[in-house]
Amino acid sequence: MRLELIPRPERSALFAILSPIVALGVTLLFGVILFTALGVNPGRALYVYFVEPLTQSWSVEELIVKASPLILIGCGLAICFRANVWNIGAEGQFTIGAIFGSAIPILLPEATGFWVLPSMVVFGALGGGLYGLIPGILKTRFNANEILTSLMLTYVALLLLDFLVRGPWRDPGSFNFPESRLFGAPGTLPTMIGNSRLHIGVLFGLIAAVALAVMLRFSIRGFAIRLSGEAPRAARFAGFRQNRITMAVFALSGALAGLAGISEVSGTIGQLRPEISPGYGFTAIIVAFLGRLNPIGIVVAGFVLALTYLGGEAAQVSLGLSDKVTRVFQGMMLFSVLGFDTLIQYRIRFRRTVAIPPAGGSSHA
Amino acid sequence: MEAAPDSPPLLQVAGLTKRFGSLTACDAIDLSIGHGEIHALLGENGAGKSTLVKMLFGALAPDEGTVQWDGEPVLIKTPAEARRLGIGMIFQHFSLFEALSVSENIALGLDRGRGGPQLNATIRDISREYGLPLDPRASITDLSVGERQRVEIVRCLLQNPKLIIMDEPTSVLTPQEADILFVTLRRLVANGVSILYITHRLTEVVDLADKATILRRGKIVGSADPKAESVSSLARLMIGEEVAGSSKIAFGSDTTFGDDRLVLSDASLAADGQFGVALKSIDLRVRRGEIVGIAGVAGNGQHELFELISGERLSERANAVRIDGSDAGRLGVNQRRRLGAAFVPEERIGHSAAANLSLSDNVILTHHAVARDVNRNGWISRKAAQAVEERVGEAFDVRRAHADPLASSLSGGNLQKFVIGREVDREPGVLVVNQPTWGVDAGAARRVRDALAELARNGSAVLVISQDLDEIFEIADTIAVISDGRMSEARPAEKMSMEEIGLLMGGVHGEIGNAA
Repeated sequence: MRLELIPRPERSALFAILSPIVALGVTLLFGVILFTALGVNPGRALYVYFVEPLTQSWSVEELIVKASPLILIGCGLAICFRANVWNIGAEGQFTIGAIFGSAIPILLPEATGFWVLPSMVVFGALGGGLYGLIPGILKTRFNANEILTSLMLTYVALLLLDFLVRGPWRDPGSFNFPESRLFGAPGTLPTMIGNSRLHIGVLFGLIAAVALAVMLRFSIRGFAIRLSGEAPRAARFAGFRQNRITMAVFALSGALAGLAGISEVSGTIGQLRPEISPGYGFTAIIVAFLGRLNPIGIVVAGFVLALTYLGGEAAQVSLGLSDKVTRVFQGMMLFSVLGFDTLIQYRIRFRRTVAIPPAGGSSHA
Repeated sequence: MEAAPDSPPLLQVAGLTKRFGSLTACDAIDLSIGHGEIHALLGENGAGKSTLVKMLFGALAPDEGTVQWDGEPVLIKTPAEARRLGIGMIFQHFSLFEALSVSENIALGLDRGRGGPQLNATIRDISREYGLPLDPRASITDLSVGERQRVEIVRCLLQNPKLIIMDEPTSVLTPQEADILFVTLRRLVANGVSILYITHRLTEVVDLADKATILRRGKIVGSADPKAESVSSLARLMIGEEVAGSSKIAFGSDTTFGDDRLVLSDASLAADGQFGVALKSIDLRVRRGEIVGIAGVAGNGQHELFELISGERLSERANAVRIDGSDAGRLGVNQRRRLGAAFVPEERIGHSAAANLSLSDNVILTHHAVARDVNRNGWISRKAAQAVEERVGEAFDVRRAHADPLASSLSGGNLQKFVIGREVDREPGVLVVNQPTWGVDAGAARRVRDALAELARNGSAVLVISQDLDEIFEIADTIAVISDGRMSEARPAEKMSMEEIGLLMGGVHGEIGNAA
């Protein structure tokens, strides 16, 4: 017996919707096996992971706080992926955004004007966007593979942050701890409701999702992005320049990642530290695919993946599981989504094994 | 090494027929190939050459007819069986793994356990014997096209074939590489191997072949002794005389056309990549009300010509391409559209249209730069795009399962009607179409040709690039032939002789006497 993939005449609308749901199911099933192997009651573990975080108001707030950077970054990445541009370096763009934005409160600690916060936000987006342009330039000028360059630039960014908070930007009063000075009130994003953790940065994700959904569907620019991803030659025939699109989506997704970065340090952390992200930039890749590369779908997917972060923390505390389990979960989810996505374009047929003719020529016949 | 006169021929085919739906690709083909013979199979694109060969190689099952191998009736069901009988095939496009070495590639095609150093020695022996210089340890990536073909030939020879089928072997070779190939072929024949040689290049047939069979529209229209024929008489056989009779005399030769709407002057273009063709100083004009047909065999620069005119590739000089009096050689495709030009490329999926987008999205594809109602200051009016989609669908009878479906759900003929209709709907001043009816059914072809004719009647200039000579003779007022990136002088269709077109298509430039 042999498995064959037969192309469908038309994309399966059913599987386009079903695929992420089935993938979630398979991931949960895998979780049961994983937890059993780790000697934990799988029912209790899944409860701790996926249900408990939703039962208390503080943890729901935390969920929103964690989901918003994922949504922001995921939306930008989805635009890239739709254009067939593979930006894997959002983690680096996030980091550079955080560094650019933080420069103002760190280098100008006396500044208290109303302009401080807006310019931090703008600087953050600018930094991420510029950093995103580097792999874009390398690709369009030198035809360098953007998957490699954007990924490698991530480590450059992380090391730069590490250098800054241990060296020139370390808070003199930090007793040698590697962290910057606290931003204080002028450099902190205000909260939306009283004393909660919900800073106004969480709105950025929702705004970006709606704006990008509108752009993709209703603007010529969005059309150019969709077309160049679907059929690059047709895009050239339509008069759209591939290189410009590549640069634009890199700048856009970098800016959104940078915005997420500055929102995170300014709204949630309040200072720069060696580690400002639990891998948001990478997890957002999963978010983008789980959300069907559709900005609105990404909002939903962002919450699902945020839940795995919260669940992972809870499982660490109450079950004594390693936080690496979270990464395994997330990887499994991406793996399943991409796997089941195949069924949108193909259907499976079982066939009895037939002998393959020996020489190579027959493949053309 | 001629076989004894009373022994049966190596391969004898009688009444071989293959139908695809209503199309009879091969119609009662009789063919006989002797031992140690180079047999040329000659015909235009779509004459049925490939179908016939695929049946002989076991890649297609014939509907009717018999095949005798060395006097024994055989049924060749798979390429593996063909190889067992002793039939080898060299395809036009190679199947080699670029990352592997020559000997590794060859070992892959052999039975298990024949690799290793011994194989290297065998490869060296064979390549010496047949004049095919080849290093077994070289990796395929580093080899030229001619050398890659040698790998395929050596691989084929290791199976000890009695008959080698070669599909357009020189189409990818430089003249020098082709000469080396001919030496090899003659040596093979001297060793008693027969060769079935598929080509449309007439001079090669006259130089090389012992016998020639000419196919046209799935039927054998003649077999000849090339040594006794001239290039021009072969050309006549290949193109067929009846076409000349049907050329459009009806419109008369006194038709007058208006001013020049599309002009190419001394337009050249460098070859793009390994398989690209360079365009060499092309002059052409298309006038108001005129349909100009460009004939030629595939891969002689049609694709490049289209991209040069559409602006997907730019000319060196702005005045190399002029559209309605404006220099357009340096303008992009949308600026040329704004000058009133419209283009329909050869490939429907991936170039003309995007498969996974809806038809209305595909309207936006070519209309966004010229239609104010579709593109409102950067915002799409889906309503306007759908109106165009609906209008084209009605006018061209595009069969759709529901309103505004994905382009991929349409059949080839329906999608072709749509992409032609999409441009005709704009009422362009200049329309350039590459292969307007390639691979579409007769009904769709009819509608497309009628639309082109009507567009010209209403004053547009229409340029049709086509490999279908019947089509060109049916619709074109003026005909030019492209061959190896050169354009022949355009002449009124009724003054163009069949013989001339055949020769120009076969790459024979200049005087007939010199070539033959």
